[in-house]
Amino acid sequence: MLNARTLLIRGMFVGVVAGIAAFVFAYFFGEGPIGDAIAFEEAHATPLPAGEHEHELVSRGVQSTIGLLTASVVYGIALGGLFAITVAIAAGRIGRLSARATAGLVAVAGFVGVALVPFLKYPANPPATGNPDTLGQRTGLYFLMLVIGVAAVIGVVVVARSLQPRLGTWNATIAATVGAAVVVGTAIALLPSINEVPESFSPILLWQFRLASLGTQAVTWATLGLLFGYLTERSQRPAPTVAAQPVAA
Amino acid sequence: MATISALPAPGTAPAPIPFRQILPWALFGAVIAVVLLYFVGAEQGITAVFAGETVHEFVHDGRHLLGFLCH
Repeated sequence: MLNARTLLIRGMFVGVVAGIAAFVFAYFFGEGPIGDAIAFEEAHATPLPAGEHEHELVSRGVQSTIGLLTASVVYGIALGGLFAITVAIAAGRIGRLSARATAGLVAVAGFVGVALVPFLKYPANPPATGNPDTLGQRTGLYFLMLVIGVAAVIGVVVVARSLQPRLGTWNATIAATVGAAVVVGTAIALLPSINEVPESFSPILLWQFRLASLGTQAVTWATLGLLFGYLTERSQRPAPTVAAQPVAA
Repeated sequence: MATISALPAPGTAPAPIPFRQILPWALFGAVIAVVLLYFVGAEQGITAVFAGETVHEFVHDGRHLLGFLCH
């Protein structure tokens, strides 16, 4: 029997591991583009009077190591907790899926709703590409897209479940997914576009940064889904009986 | 082989956890998650609990790579 408290604690623990995995990926694939973007920013900034340096609150060395690790792990713990609660609600309520398969499915849904859908409209931006004056508007639109993404994947499950008795599992899932894609596509078409990336900013650098950002999200969600599923299945195994133990020589 | 045959058969759905049991843990987990996400993703952006820029600068690279808006 699954237990909500155990699942929540397991989710937050798996979140720590997911955060560390995300840090490793982000460090090797994301820090290069961030460094290049900061170099671009500094090359195009108004030069300070000779002999003066911009005061750094936190050094680049700290930002790219312990700062990035802290952010990834804290993010992982938060997502892991929310992920576990979602698995607790979904387990045993989505068809005949096992707990492990449910965890995998929730992770895919989480990646699509939380990361991919907002990314399609308001992708991650490297340093030097945003106008601070529009931060309020951009933050609001980004969170609106996040809500639309999460609502869309929840909508797929709810609609597919209600259509399933009439259409069968496959057809109900396809119909619900197409419906959600139309809703998300309409939102993407109607919401205002934001592009503040300077003309002279390297498109290759922008592409590398955004790919690294999406990859960091993919690593986070894959770790959550796979490790949580593994640990949950292992916890459901009955304790090995004496007969199953290898006989000591 | 004993351990393998003792696994739940594929497609064996677990018994659903009653919503009454999930609710308090869902609230608890959601509150913690929102506080954590706020500090990683939004503190010292358009709103700030602490003065200055130190929190923002410390998680700067993570904020960019995780897709949050930084500046």
